Amino acid sequence: MQHNWPLWEIFIRSKQGLDHKHVGSLHAADAEMAIENARDVYTRRMEGVSIWVVESKYVHASNPDDAGAFYDPANDKVYRHPTFYDLPDELKHM
Amino acid sequence: MSFEKTFQDKVDQDIRIEPKDWMPDAYRKTLIRQISQHAHSEIVGMLPEANWITRAPSLKRKATLIAKVQDEAGHGLYLYSAAETLGISRDEMLGQLHSGKTKYSSIFNYPTITWADMGAIGWLVDGAAIMNQVPLCRASFGPYARAMVRICKEESFHQRQGFEILLVLSKGSEAQRRMCQDAIDRWWWPSVMMFGPNDDASPNSELSMRWKIKRFSNDELRQKFIDVCVEQVKLLGMTLPDPDLKWNEEKQHYDFGPIDWEEFKNVISGNGPCNKERLAARVQAHEEGAWVREAAMAHAEKKNKEKNAA
Repeated sequence: MQHNWPLWEIFIRSKQGLDHKHVGSLHAADAEMAIENARDVYTRRMEGVSIWVVESKYVHASNPDDAGAFYDPANDKVYRHPTFYDLPDELKHM
Repeated sequence: MSFEKTFQDKVDQDIRIEPKDWMPDAYRKTLIRQISQHAHSEIVGMLPEANWITRAPSLKRKATLIAKVQDEAGHGLYLYSAAETLGISRDEMLGQLHSGKTKYSSIFNYPTITWADMGAIGWLVDGAAIMNQVPLCRASFGPYARAMVRICKEESFHQRQGFEILLVLSKGSEAQRRMCQDAIDRWWWPSVMMFGPNDDASPNSELSMRWKIKRFSNDELRQKFIDVCVEQVKLLGMTLPDPDLKWNEEKQHYDFGPIDWEEFKNVISGNGPCNKERLAARVQAHEEGAWVREAAMAHAEKKNKEKNAA
């Protein structure tokens, strides 16, 4: 085949009020077909109320090899968490 | 620390490997082989069951069977996508299936000659598949494990509807009971063989265990399957075609008779009852669908051009 159908990443909102979540990928000629195929492949049992499709080539990702240095800035900032602060037990509603 | 060591440390700590992480070439190759074979099995597996859609005995059974075959298509697609994250294209995988370079589960090279076969496939073939697949939900490669979670959730109905078919037949007329027993007799040994060669004849197993692609050995899973089925068949009032099945008090397992590995090898190497027919059906579907794939792509390109021009 000369032109392969491009790959699409599929995101599904399982319930109104929740985020769209990545569920997998599939091939389709265009966005409309990607949405219809996603319905057939990923929501056969009412797993979704909304579908997003993004052509995979437009997804940019962080590099796993750099993960150490990349996330390092947050590593020594425990004071961003509520448990860092030492308060008396008698203090209520906080 | 070497890449290899970092990789194995992650695996040992049950940290999942993702597509962009460094992995040994052999790990990648093993996964591509295993996942693509698995995907092919789902797709080829649609054929023996599709055979009965038009002749299902009731509307309920027909709707169920269509849903099941659709699920198999879905499972194939989840798995092809998972394999593609390792750098092989869909086209390449289909090419390997069609040329016979990669295999699919040899169970699908047996014919489905009566309606009871739909029951026996659900109970035994899907039952054996589930036994194999549940541990794969914890496989070390993320996309494979996630696909397997989805598949296992859906596979449970496949097995239950199969057992129900047999249960109904087992309470039916004498002819229906005979048909039920006959299907069990034909599907039992091929299902037992689905777990693959004995552990001492399975050279790749050790590495797969170390990489946590595999969690249990072929023989362990096979034993578990047999133990479960021996109890289940009693509910049908039927028997399994193995005179050597006997509870072993010491091992706390059932002993079973010798497996005909000659037959297994024969079917794997292409000489089963339906190998040629199955592959021919896949190739034909692919070739006859080529114009649809091209037309859809041409249509998408045309629409895109129109949109850009506007």
